[in-house]
Amino acid sequence: MRPRSDQFHELSSEALEDSFLREALKRASSSFHAAKTDAVDSMPDWEELRQRGHDRKNLAIENLPEALEVFEKNLRSRGGEVHYCEDGAAARDQVLSIIRSSGGRSVTKSKSMVTEEIALNDHLEAAGLSVLEGDLGEYIIQLAGEHPSHIIAPAIHKSREEVAELFHDHLGSDPDADIPELTRVARETLREAFLGADIGISGANFVIAETGTIVLVENEGNIRMSTTVPRVHIAVVGIEKVLPRRSDLAALLRLLCRSATGQRVTSYISFISSPRTGGEGDGPEKLHVVFLDAGRSRLWADPTQREALNCIRCGACLNFCPVYGSVGGHSYGWVYPGPIGSVITPHYVGIEKASQLPQASSLCGRCGEVCPMKIPLPDMLLGLRAKAVEAGSAGFSERLSMRVFSLLARSPRLWRLLLALGRPFYRLVARAGLASILGGPARRWSRSRSLPLPGRSGFRRWWREDSERGGE
Amino acid sequence: MSEPKRASLFITCLVDFLFPGVARAMVKVLRHYDVELEFPENQTCCGQPAFNAGFRGEARELALAFLDVFEGCEAVVSPSGSCVAMVKEYYPDLFSDDDELSGRFQSLADRTWEFSQYLTEVLGVTEFPGRRDGSLTWHDCCHSLRGLGVRDGPRRLLSSVEGAELLELEKSDECCGFGGLFSVKFDEISSRMLSNKLACIEKSGAESLVATDCSCLMHMAGGLEKSGSEVRALHLAEVLADALEESGTGSQEEASP
Repeated sequence: MRPRSDQFHELSSEALEDSFLREALKRASSSFHAAKTDAVDSMPDWEELRQRGHDRKNLAIENLPEALEVFEKNLRSRGGEVHYCEDGAAARDQVLSIIRSSGGRSVTKSKSMVTEEIALNDHLEAAGLSVLEGDLGEYIIQLAGEHPSHIIAPAIHKSREEVAELFHDHLGSDPDADIPELTRVARETLREAFLGADIGISGANFVIAETGTIVLVENEGNIRMSTTVPRVHIAVVGIEKVLPRRSDLAALLRLLCRSATGQRVTSYISFISSPRTGGEGDGPEKLHVVFLDAGRSRLWADPTQREALNCIRCGACLNFCPVYGSVGGHSYGWVYPGPIGSVITPHYVGIEKASQLPQASSLCGRCGEVCPMKIPLPDMLLGLRAKAVEAGSAGFSERLSMRVFSLLARSPRLWRLLLALGRPFYRLVARAGLASILGGPARRWSRSRSLPLPGRSGFRRWWREDSERGGE
Repeated sequence: MSEPKRASLFITCLVDFLFPGVARAMVKVLRHYDVELEFPENQTCCGQPAFNAGFRGEARELALAFLDVFEGCEAVVSPSGSCVAMVKEYYPDLFSDDDELSGRFQSLADRTWEFSQYLTEVLGVTEFPGRRDGSLTWHDCCHSLRGLGVRDGPRRLLSSVEGAELLELEKSDECCGFGGLFSVKFDEISSRMLSNKLACIEKSGAESLVATDCSCLMHMAGGLEKSGSEVRALHLAEVLADALEESGTGSQEEASP
């Protein structure tokens, strides 16, 4: 997917005008909030669990290169194949060449953010293959020709009415269908496609090195279908998903389910450790794991930002972010929205193509508070801002004003002079409602807030006079 | 009170320039508890705007200036949670490459308090004396809540004031949209967040909105005024100073916002 993150301002402006989106985001955030809060409150040792998950995943990321080797060895020993791809283009080609060499023609996909990242569908369709998304939300988005706006709820920006219209246009269903009816229509169409597909493509929530296992977490059963029915299963996996040991998994699964949907456990969790073997009656004949780097080793090499690789894609930071809740996922201009998107997108697509994202935060800290993996997202946003300044990407006027600000603030005498001279001038402007002559920032401030009006003198003067009176 | 306390006032640039009444109210409350106060004249700004914008060099320069002014103080008290969070959370990290300096900043951080923290954690105040009639609602400022862990203390203080009725604010822990330069760099998003906050404030039915950070209060007060609301935005110190005033236990200094 071509990043448009440098257009955050324009995209978010449009999103703020969209009253349907506003309602959809409001509804979604309140139900996600309630679900996660209940799930966490019902677990007295949540904080210990978070710490355990954080420690396990930290260790996994530290030992990433070794763990990948162990995974590869174990999966290969049971007949699976493993491929490494440095970037999206290589991964797309790899997937296509696997499909070609197996003579496959029709593909079903289960929900996967990493395949969004490499824009796999477009590539496969351009090569003449039929590709069908099996997850209901992804299917809706595919019909609409859009991209997901949330990590775990891709069609969260769509209302029931919009979906009914979409299904009516594409599938001929009742234009006023309710949600159960829409689900039934989708299930019928998808079920048929699953049974006829010869290639199944999935992502992975985790892969376990010790046992060579792919772990997939879902609620709808589409992943189970597309990894068992077709002849070939291809899992496209970010390299950061590997865990060294089976025992690492329990804590992370619990953190993921509760943080994502508020469930204690999801309806399906699939563990896949080989293609179909001797006596088995189902499962694919071929199993391929395509590991994707695409910026991850660059992120891994940066000790101040590496923890972003600990993300388990639960979406909690989106659900609790007031900026995401105002502008929705498409404003972020690429695959991963919200606070985690603002941190990883600059690393994956290049800071010059996503420089607005780390700025687009009030630094309220809620993302760091709700992150089950304890990723210090606000600190990482601050770190990215500092990197941008170091790289010289701040504008001349901002650099100059920061220099002047620092010079003034380091000279108490100049500082006092500035306050003393600034006060009558500012009072005049604020009283006359002339914010615009203070320049752009004051004008933008005044659109929705009044300027504060200070008294004639500041605290310093009062303190001096009070001290002369002897205090009190 | 076991022994007399001494504290240095860190008034922050915003409070000095725009809200001196908040600082005077804080002085009044602290004096009520016999805290011996001083005001280091050479204080300027903690450097948070530079730090948040990514200008670490400038932030370090201002952190060093702050250390110069406050290092010898027994305790530092301030009416702004985010500036205190800057000192407590970020100063030591800014000098993590220098053990000696980082240690000095850590020691200063350990002695620096947001106003309500100082009242409840250092002075151990649980019940606040005095009387102030009217309904109030409490907004949790992001850096006070998540950076400093200020949550129950100020609520306890407010509900202990005779005549004060503390009403629940829905989504009290959700950001008002200020975020420093964020409010003008992304003013449309900030304004949406503000309007969500204002809706909750109106819904609470309270006469006054109370918080413990002047920058967030400036933002919400500006929004309340612009929207023609009758709700007043007050700093915790102003409410407490009022309570002392009405019960005649404080001095006669007025505390205007």
